[in-house]
Amino acid sequence: MRQKRRNAGKSANSFNNSYLKNQIIVLKTFPKGGVHPPESKLSANVPIEVLPLPQQVVIPISQHIGAPATPAVAKGDRVLVGQIIAKSSGFVSANIHSSVSGTVASLDPIIDSTGYKRPAVTITVEGDEWVSEIDRTPDLKKEIALSAEEIIAKVNGAGIVGLGGATFPSHVKLSIPKGKKADVLIINGVECEPYLTSDHRLMLEKANELMIGILLLKKALGVERALIGVENNKPDAIRHLKSTAANYKGIEVHALKVKYPQGGEKQLIKSLINREVPSGALPIEVGTVVHNVGTAFAVYEAVQKNKPLIERVVTVTGKNLAKKGNFMVRIGTPISNLIEAAGGIPKDNAKVVNGGPMMGKALSSTEAPVTKGTSGVILFPVKESLRPVMQPACIRCGKCISACPMGLEPYLLIRLSQRKMTERMEEDRILDCMECGSCSFVCPANLPLLDYIRLGKGDVSAMIRARKK
Amino acid sequence: MLSALGVLSAVILYFVAQKFKVYEDPRIDEVEAVLPGANCGGCGYPGCRGFAEAFVNADDISGFFCPVGGNETSVAAAKVVGKSAAEQLPMIAVVRCSGSPNNRPKTANYNGASSCKLATTLFSGDTGCQFGCLGLGDCVAVCAFDAIYIDEKTGLPIVSQDNCTACGACVTACPKGIIELRKKGPKDKRIFVSCINKDKGGVAKKSCSVACIGCGKCVKVCPFDAITLENFLAYIDYDKCKLCRKCVDECPTGSILEINFPPKKEKLEAKSETETA
Repeated sequence: MRQKRRNAGKSANSFNNSYLKNQIIVLKTFPKGGVHPPESKLSANVPIEVLPLPQQVVIPISQHIGAPATPAVAKGDRVLVGQIIAKSSGFVSANIHSSVSGTVASLDPIIDSTGYKRPAVTITVEGDEWVSEIDRTPDLKKEIALSAEEIIAKVNGAGIVGLGGATFPSHVKLSIPKGKKADVLIINGVECEPYLTSDHRLMLEKANELMIGILLLKKALGVERALIGVENNKPDAIRHLKSTAANYKGIEVHALKVKYPQGGEKQLIKSLINREVPSGALPIEVGTVVHNVGTAFAVYEAVQKNKPLIERVVTVTGKNLAKKGNFMVRIGTPISNLIEAAGGIPKDNAKVVNGGPMMGKALSSTEAPVTKGTSGVILFPVKESLRPVMQPACIRCGKCISACPMGLEPYLLIRLSQRKMTERMEEDRILDCMECGSCSFVCPANLPLLDYIRLGKGDVSAMIRARKK
Repeated sequence: MLSALGVLSAVILYFVAQKFKVYEDPRIDEVEAVLPGANCGGCGYPGCRGFAEAFVNADDISGFFCPVGGNETSVAAAKVVGKSAAEQLPMIAVVRCSGSPNNRPKTANYNGASSCKLATTLFSGDTGCQFGCLGLGDCVAVCAFDAIYIDEKTGLPIVSQDNCTACGACVTACPKGIIELRKKGPKDKRIFVSCINKDKGGVAKKSCSVACIGCGKCVKVCPFDAITLENFLAYIDYDKCKLCRKCVDECPTGSILEINFPPKKEKLEAKSETETA
């Protein structure tokens, strides 16, 4: 670990020396705001390991943004790996597939990572039988035989959602609305969250599959150019992707300056192609679509290998964890299994976070399942898990304003939120906040800025909903 | 010159004011004067003025009731418009959760912003019960009458019987829907199920020792059919309840509370720690 840290410090230099000899380059990044938390990419050198099958999986029927899927199996049914167990119930929704073979034990709600009961399908694992259409060979399949519509239909059928964490159904992003046109595809390999390394490992180990996935996405969107953005703290991934991309047409790899939250869609667009997405609009407004590297890999598997989204790479890490690593996990596996595989919960552990340390949420129970949006599980010791002591007042130092990547004024929004001044909050564009937490991170008074902004966002959305009625 | 301009303007203003005069029913002012002027919104109208306008313009005043002023105000307001008001029994907000730390052990620590509404969007709560009170005081913050406060010992809100006007602000503020407006009852005596846990008995009991487990004993024992059981949760209809207290004795977990009754001879009820006068 100590060695790792030393390497991390040197990474930028060694990268410049070895790879771009004698070239002075200014790395691209987004201009406004942003912070640089300690990177702590502890598991960056650990190869992806396939986690053994659990005894039972719990697959929630709502793992995406949009309408929950409708269960398509009954208690006692036998299911195979890759079989649909819940059907997409609208345009903005996604199919859910069984990640294991076995018997459906129950359709009762289960307690999810937030502690609330959510409808889910519980399957007892028996063997590992796959649906026959799925190509399980490791051979690379390069030929793209399908048309754009067929690719989108396959992505839809495979239940692919944005694997960066937002879990927005991918086929919706690929279906460009009438009158709009995309001219460039952006692939998000930034992984700006500290600790997480799942995308990093995927880029290193599955680069060829990733490239074909990008070609498929390009074809589906009808664009000629694809840009992969990777932060400069992953020099090995950048080097590997650049050499791989040379074999494929129209894919460029760009190193980006390390700055959180560069993985945010709007920030990445600004960094790479210097276009600004208007407030409240989608990236297609400026002629681009952003997909995560994990999503691109899932698209490759779905289109070329007929394999639906049934597993994903999850980073399990933490300073005191014995065996930090990156695991290929079947969706629905209890998070406790993952922690067990990584060496068990350390003694002084206080908090288990689902996702990255900046935007992730603490788990209320480790029995919660891995879902499509689980990119990492981080275990924090007591010392790191408590919030620092809050100071009584804001002194208007303005640090939060300079940290906000969306150009908002968090110190003002928190006051408006506390006073329930909903209309003012709307005027001050509170809904542009993407909850990256940069403001809370820099606040010298440790005020819960993001907490109150979240609350305010809820109030403003409720007001807008009421207005529409 | 200046004074001539002033006189001219005054004349113009006078005629303009006459021309664009808006007729306003004088009774609106009278009704407003009768109302308490708390502008709490408990009646469902935007402030006392809003209530007065709607009250004067309405044909049927049976739907109008100022919870703060109570019956006296209703009668006085009805007098202004020359109608008679129906009498309504006074109500009070009750907190339907007895999950103090003794009864409901903590399973997590929350140290985010002190807002129940925010906490509910993040997670189910810092105890095993996903229905119970979070104790972060959204109800306290909205109360305009200082009628509710968080007890330091139990971490639960306590409604002050004297101050509560049953305006209902806390009812809408509680994201868990724990607070309910119930009849204050004769001599302020009332009985209610102090739990809204809809889990199966075993699950509910595991997370909280005073949870309603949905056993249905109270339903059977009630001579007035006042208790209904739905989703493993008993609910007492306050219109049917005759305050016989049979259900209170029958309840195996002590989730039914009796308020302001004289203590039973054999034992002093210790469980009414959640609500005091």
